[in-house]
Amino acid sequence: MISDFLSLEGLEKTFGGLRALGGLDLSVREGLIKSVIGPNGAGKTTLFHLITGILLPTKGQVYFCGRRLDGLKPHEIAGLGISRTFQNVELFAHMTALENVMLGRHRRLRAGIFQAGLRLAGMRREERECRERAIEELRFMGLAEKAALDALSLPLGEQKLLEIARALATEPKLLLLDEPAAGLNPRDTAQLSETILRIRERGITILLVEHDMNLVMEISDVVSVLNYGRKIAEGPPREIQRNPEVIAAYLGEEGNGAPA
Amino acid sequence: MKKMDRIALFFLALAIGVFPWGVGGNQYFISLLVFLGLNAIATMGLSLLMGYAGQISLGHAAFFGVGAYSSGILTTQYGLPPLLAFFVGIFLSALIALVVGKPTLRLKGHYMAVATLGIGEILYIVFNEVAPLTGGPSGLSGIPPLAVGGVAIEGTSFLYLVWGVAFLLLVFSLNVINSRVGRALRAVHGSERAANAMGVDAARYKLQVFVLSAVYASMAGSLYAHFVSFISPNAFGLMFSILLLMMVVVGGTQTIWGALLGTGILTLLPEYLRGLEDFEMMVYGAILLSVLLFMPQGVLEGIRRIGTRRKGQVA
Amino acid sequence: MTFTSQLIQYLLTGLTLGSIYALVALGFTMIYSATGIINLAQGEFVMLGGLIMVFCTLVLKIPMVLGFLVTLVMVTAVGALFERLAIHPLKNASLITLIIITLAGSILFRGVAMFLWGKDPYMLPPFGSHQPIQIWGAVLQPQTLWVLSITVLVVAGITFFFKRTLMGKAMTACAFNPMAARLVGINVRKMVLISFGVSAALGAIAGIIITPITLMEYDRGPLLALKGFSAAVLGGLGSPLGSIAAGFLIGLLESLGAGFVSSGYKDAIALFVLLLVLWVKPSGLFGSREESELKKF
Repeated sequence: MISDFLSLEGLEKTFGGLRALGGLDLSVREGLIKSVIGPNGAGKTTLFHLITGILLPTKGQVYFCGRRLDGLKPHEIAGLGISRTFQNVELFAHMTALENVMLGRHRRLRAGIFQAGLRLAGMRREERECRERAIEELRFMGLAEKAALDALSLPLGEQKLLEIARALATEPKLLLLDEPAAGLNPRDTAQLSETILRIRERGITILLVEHDMNLVMEISDVVSVLNYGRKIAEGPPREIQRNPEVIAAYLGEEGNGAPA
Repeated sequence: MKKMDRIALFFLALAIGVFPWGVGGNQYFISLLVFLGLNAIATMGLSLLMGYAGQISLGHAAFFGVGAYSSGILTTQYGLPPLLAFFVGIFLSALIALVVGKPTLRLKGHYMAVATLGIGEILYIVFNEVAPLTGGPSGLSGIPPLAVGGVAIEGTSFLYLVWGVAFLLLVFSLNVINSRVGRALRAVHGSERAANAMGVDAARYKLQVFVLSAVYASMAGSLYAHFVSFISPNAFGLMFSILLLMMVVVGGTQTIWGALLGTGILTLLPEYLRGLEDFEMMVYGAILLSVLLFMPQGVLEGIRRIGTRRKGQVA
Repeated sequence: MTFTSQLIQYLLTGLTLGSIYALVALGFTMIYSATGIINLAQGEFVMLGGLIMVFCTLVLKIPMVLGFLVTLVMVTAVGALFERLAIHPLKNASLITLIIITLAGSILFRGVAMFLWGKDPYMLPPFGSHQPIQIWGAVLQPQTLWVLSITVLVVAGITFFFKRTLMGKAMTACAFNPMAARLVGINVRKMVLISFGVSAALGAIAGIIITPITLMEYDRGPLLALKGFSAAVLGGLGSPLGSIAAGFLIGLLESLGAGFVSSGYKDAIALFVLLLVLWVKPSGLFGSREESELKKF
């Protein structure tokens, strides 16, 4: 089933002797929350890197809204409406929470070095709007009071939310969340759950990579399961939980990695 | 720009304004402040590159030299008006920066540092070797002072000219820092990967700020040529590149004011050491090493931390 | 002079220069292997080696062999002290700070040298005979043979060190992954210190053997370091054999370039090679691309 929104066709990535992804067909329908799960090393983050242009596929193509993504630079892909968070939070140091989110508006603004340096009128209006929009996103994520604080001074849970706020500021059509619940306590995870649902309400499609099965099963519309770089199952959460192949794949893992 | 910036600008303007009166027209002190201003123009650009964009250049003296030689050669050998020579210098510096910047800014850390070192050295060799044009090691003399309507701009009036330019560039720089571009640069410094993911064309911005910093250095070099009227390649070699870098680092890479402070310290310091000819470089190196070891964030940040500690706050 | 004898002359000069670049490159590689740092003060070790030897031989008037050893010990001590006092305390600092620390160190060393020896170049008497040897129409200074043979000995020693001794292998392990190295019991701190000491010694040897031919002055360091680094990168940072081979290659290129093309621009040759390598294939001739991407830079 190929979607017009996001579609990965025959996607393959090898690093030297290691094949991280092999012949993957995956698509995402607009407006849904899709989760990608699988044991560690299954190729999930590689998948994100391939979609966002950090890595080039060894084989296969990535299509987004009718355009071919593979081969484009990351910043160009961001300009097409795809944004993301990172597994290890990558906020900008020495910048406040607000400034981090304002950076997300980068492509929506126009001022170049000369307009900025000479502070031409259009730029000032732009800056004001940028600031207002950024505050809105902070408010949406519940971080409005932290705007003036140094981004890296926030606790991890809030840093992860901040990174999402920053990604939202780019006005994406598709949001990639890379293990947003990692390192969060159950209360923060519940809040995250609710936040992701609110993001979907804004009309943003979400592709989620996660290990926290409760979160995944609770909010996903569709779940894809990867193992050793291949898709072994796909469907609504209930089906995936009962799928014997999926369970077998996870039995190699310790503790609460397996779908409950 | 921020309020603190405005206040600082005001006091700086004030200080420069009264300075000539304060030293009773003493040409030695005025020259010193002129050199301070010239260095400051160059380090401002370097600060944008290093402090904000997080890159490094160990060869910036070369761009200073390009500006100086452009002004020097075009006004003496070709009789061009200084303003035109000034812009030719800017154009050449920008062009060189564009050409070498693209492949160099892709490099990481140490590799970038050494590449810029190499570029600086190559240009230094060119200054020495293209003797018919540059005068080679013996230098180029007879560079005319700047003049308006036949009246030469020297001494105090030149001081105001240099600092006028420095001021304009400072305001320009502060505007850039507090804008979308400044955010993009700082983002690239923080995490190039995340910046790219948010739509910032990191490579393009790095190149832009590199070219801009080269242009600043070129402007300073052109003014320098008209001030000293005699230039030779030695002024544009490795030691000066390192000096410029040190000014930014010692003062503090966090802000552009740090670079200005560092410029102040390292322009005035050698003057104090002047009496101790033989000791000069050694003391210089020792002081720099100590600052780096004990105040790696730079003097400005060091002062600020002592200030907040005194108030009883947790630093 | 016939073309052949000219060529031989340039080749000999090239090999002589190449020996020095190889030794400097080796010094860079050693420190890089153990620490991931590029020591921009490497050239100063060469300079100090030459000048201290001059002091021993001409002022203290002690026999050359003794002077050689004294110089070696002193410069090694300088390297070790530098590591202890300036590098070690900042081991967690940013890359830029580390680069600049070694830069500041080089200024300090140069300042001390200028203070002690002034700006004049100094000469050392050749180790053996003063009589130039005629080879196929080219003139060979006997000192060149000393340079080459000592370099070969040093190279053999270093290769043995890296390939056969436990410490050498430990040093390579440190560069790859200091944490893992620590976990298997390697004293990383000691490795770093030793790498600086040995690099300093290598630099000193280079300085001592080349001074009879090219003289030595207080500010020889930076350009030498650049060329040596050029060789280190060309050979693939972290590859001792690569450093050596590349050092000789650059020496030959420079000598041939100076002879046949232009002597004014000869220094630029090594620099162009440096830029070319960095811009096109930073992993160098003998390094692997993947490896260089995995490392710190």
